[in-house]
Amino acid sequence: MTSQSKITVVSGILLVVSLAGISFVLHLEDQLRPQATPDEVLFLSSPTMIKRASLGYDGLAACIYWTRAVQYFGYRHHYYAASYNLLAPLLEITAHLDPHLLVAYEFGSSFLAPPPPHGAGQPQRAVELMQYGIQQNPGNWHLYYDLGFVYYMDLKDYKKAEETFERGSQVPNAHPFLKVLAAQMAQHAGEYDTAKMLWSATYETTQDEQIKENAIEHLRALRVDDDVAHLQEAVTRFGEHTGRLPANIAELAAAEHLPGIPLDPEGHPYKITPEGRVEVRVPDDFPFATRGLPPDYKPVPTPHSDH
Amino acid sequence: MVAIQILGLEKSYSVGFWYKRQKRALCPLHLEVEDGEIFGFLGPNGAGKTTTLKILMGLVFPSAGSARILGKEWTDPAVKAQIGFLPEQPYFYDYLTAHELLEYYGQLSGVPAKNRTHRVEQVLQQVGLRDVRGLQLRKFSKGMLQRVGIGQAILHDPKLVFFDEPMSGLDPMGRREVRDLMEQLKREGKTVFFSTHILSDAEALCDRVAIIHKGELLRVGAVDDLTSSVQGKVELLWQGTQVPASIKALGAECHVAGDKVRAIVNETQQDAAIDALRRERLRLVSIIPVRTSLEAYFVEKLRHAETTAGTTA
Amino acid sequence: MRTSIAYIASNTFREAVRDRVLYNLIAFALLLSGAAILVGQISIEIEKLVVINLGLTAVSLFGIVIAIFIGIGLVSKEIEKRTLYTVLSRPVRRWQFIVGKFFGLAGTLVVNTFFMAIGVFAALFYVSHKFVKADALIFVALYFIILQFLIICSLSLLFSSFSTPLLSAIFAFSLFVIGSFAEDLRNFAAMAHGITRWLATGAAYLVPNFSAFNVITSIAHEQPVAGRLILQNTVYALFYATMALSGAVLIFERRDLK
Repeated sequence: MTSQSKITVVSGILLVVSLAGISFVLHLEDQLRPQATPDEVLFLSSPTMIKRASLGYDGLAACIYWTRAVQYFGYRHHYYAASYNLLAPLLEITAHLDPHLLVAYEFGSSFLAPPPPHGAGQPQRAVELMQYGIQQNPGNWHLYYDLGFVYYMDLKDYKKAEETFERGSQVPNAHPFLKVLAAQMAQHAGEYDTAKMLWSATYETTQDEQIKENAIEHLRALRVDDDVAHLQEAVTRFGEHTGRLPANIAELAAAEHLPGIPLDPEGHPYKITPEGRVEVRVPDDFPFATRGLPPDYKPVPTPHSDH
Repeated sequence: MVAIQILGLEKSYSVGFWYKRQKRALCPLHLEVEDGEIFGFLGPNGAGKTTTLKILMGLVFPSAGSARILGKEWTDPAVKAQIGFLPEQPYFYDYLTAHELLEYYGQLSGVPAKNRTHRVEQVLQQVGLRDVRGLQLRKFSKGMLQRVGIGQAILHDPKLVFFDEPMSGLDPMGRREVRDLMEQLKREGKTVFFSTHILSDAEALCDRVAIIHKGELLRVGAVDDLTSSVQGKVELLWQGTQVPASIKALGAECHVAGDKVRAIVNETQQDAAIDALRRERLRLVSIIPVRTSLEAYFVEKLRHAETTAGTTA
Repeated sequence: MRTSIAYIASNTFREAVRDRVLYNLIAFALLLSGAAILVGQISIEIEKLVVINLGLTAVSLFGIVIAIFIGIGLVSKEIEKRTLYTVLSRPVRRWQFIVGKFFGLAGTLVVNTFFMAIGVFAALFYVSHKFVKADALIFVALYFIILQFLIICSLSLLFSSFSTPLLSAIFAFSLFVIGSFAEDLRNFAAMAHGITRWLATGAAYLVPNFSAFNVITSIAHEQPVAGRLILQNTVYALFYATMALSGAVLIFERRDLK
């Protein structure tokens, strides 16, 4: 073999081997991904530093960080993550870079405050973010709504929620329902109808897909809670009339003179356990439901639907 | 009429990164160039030829001294319209074609628009680049670039042309063409000032030369004067292969070539040598005065300058 | 000879056009505008926002890169390659050379911006399917971007008149970076004391202040730009460019061209 062809052969082999090695390492990394947290590192964490580093192109940097925030949450939520440490910093950086990127505040309102796996579990930070947003966009009424929402839903501070909705209703061109909500806070805090109002409002006023879906899930859960409560009362009444538990849901429906078998929002009939509990057929369908779940039910950390 | 008058031009500049010392590129230079002559500026590399030219072109500022070009101060902008310059190993905008380059330079030189195209064509023809006028300069060979350089120097019909090493990098054909062109310029009544270290060219072309070494002017004069100022010898050529003893006694160098003998004797010994040949009945074919070549003179002068510099240093 | 400036300017323009680097950059910028359309689909709500932000940022950044890369070569390259000698041996004054180069480069950038802007508007139309009155604000942003280019060009020329191409590029780019947070520098100077205050203030005033020129973020949210700001920026850019060019001329007039 001439020396040139020797070199060719050796270089060729090295090239192929290194390429295989690279692919192998990356493949390993992918397999570890759900547990590995390389993405938990924010290389620059100070909003001021990032603003400086973007050399005046804040708007674009804000879009980048917003995209990152959305993907971060969406991805981890897909796997029912137990923590979302980066969500708050990412949203804060986004807001600092472009204070008028309103959807970032909405996102914070829906996903920063609730506890994991459906949110970052940081309601106080969500409040701070909303307040920053209000300060930067004083003419925007929706931010007051977002803030009030957090006070009501996650902090259960009905007084503050009422104050916030009231202040929001005074912003010029504010949507009239803010006044309605303020009144609702005063009288019907903690009630089913109030929650339904809020989640409907969120659904109506946002254009972000993830926020919309989240709102729908909550509305469905509320429906289930409501249905189960009514059906459970019906079971009690049945027991009082007949002295026993209904054999199945059909029997209960007939006794109550319902038009048909009651179906859950997913279209499955409710079921009655031998102990007389009303339950949904597939608990995984309703991640936010508080009633109608089996006593030992624990949500399985695998996604039940693709977003 | 004096075309160029250099009055004590001097240039020093600082060298060194930390510790700056002065380096002399040009000692005070005094020189005059007559109208209509071809003047050679000779010297080894680094002698100061290019520095002098750059000062005259206004590219470098002298430490002292001044010059007059065509009767005006060398810094007078009006001078520029009447002179042409070909720098050493020139390089031009390689994204332009030869035609575009000459057009551009014509614009800058103030050649009137209506004459410009015609003149550009004329010059392209003159330097032999007519066929490649549409080719981008980045594709030109060294010789072709040199020709473009000459073209842009003469484009605006200047009275005085400055060439810095015009023959460098050219093949013998190219050098011949440049020589012919320079002679043509002289015939047109222009003055040519060129620097070179190729002495045979200078010998063939120049009316007068100046020799410069390490920034110092060593000698100025007509080529003939310089070469003949050296002690003259004569070369005798006679038929036969014999060398008479008396000629040998003169200390002559003799050389037999075929059926003739060549001998070199001093001018003063010429008559004695001829008598010797007649006595021996050898047939004299020719007597030719031998001149030192310019190269020999040059090397001699430089060596002399080195040794004197060595003794004074 | 006023016309020398015009000839030099048009030759500089021609050089830039034939420099293939320019085309690669423009193509890349157009590609980026296209990418904006895809990225914006992350969230429909901000699709338009992303297109405007990404598109205008691309126009700005690529223009700055072109201004620096071509600008620094304008004088340094000519000296290095000695193409300058035969130009200056003609009846062209050194200052005319500098000014001509400036206008040539400025012209190149304006034309360049024009083509890239078409790309941005095309991308915008693609996502919004119509133009609204607020889109006219994009022209204001483009105008400010061009003013920034003029400042950077003049700086590139300034550095190019005495420094090597590489160093000139580094200086010019550094000034662009510092200029983007010049406002912070001014604030810092206001709070400092003693010699630091003097130095910082000097630096803050000499450095190009780009803070007022960056309106991309606000016009993406359709916020109007005050007429006063337009006037202010125009005047500032003119003064700054004049200052840098005067410096370039002063240096260049005295320089030995070895």
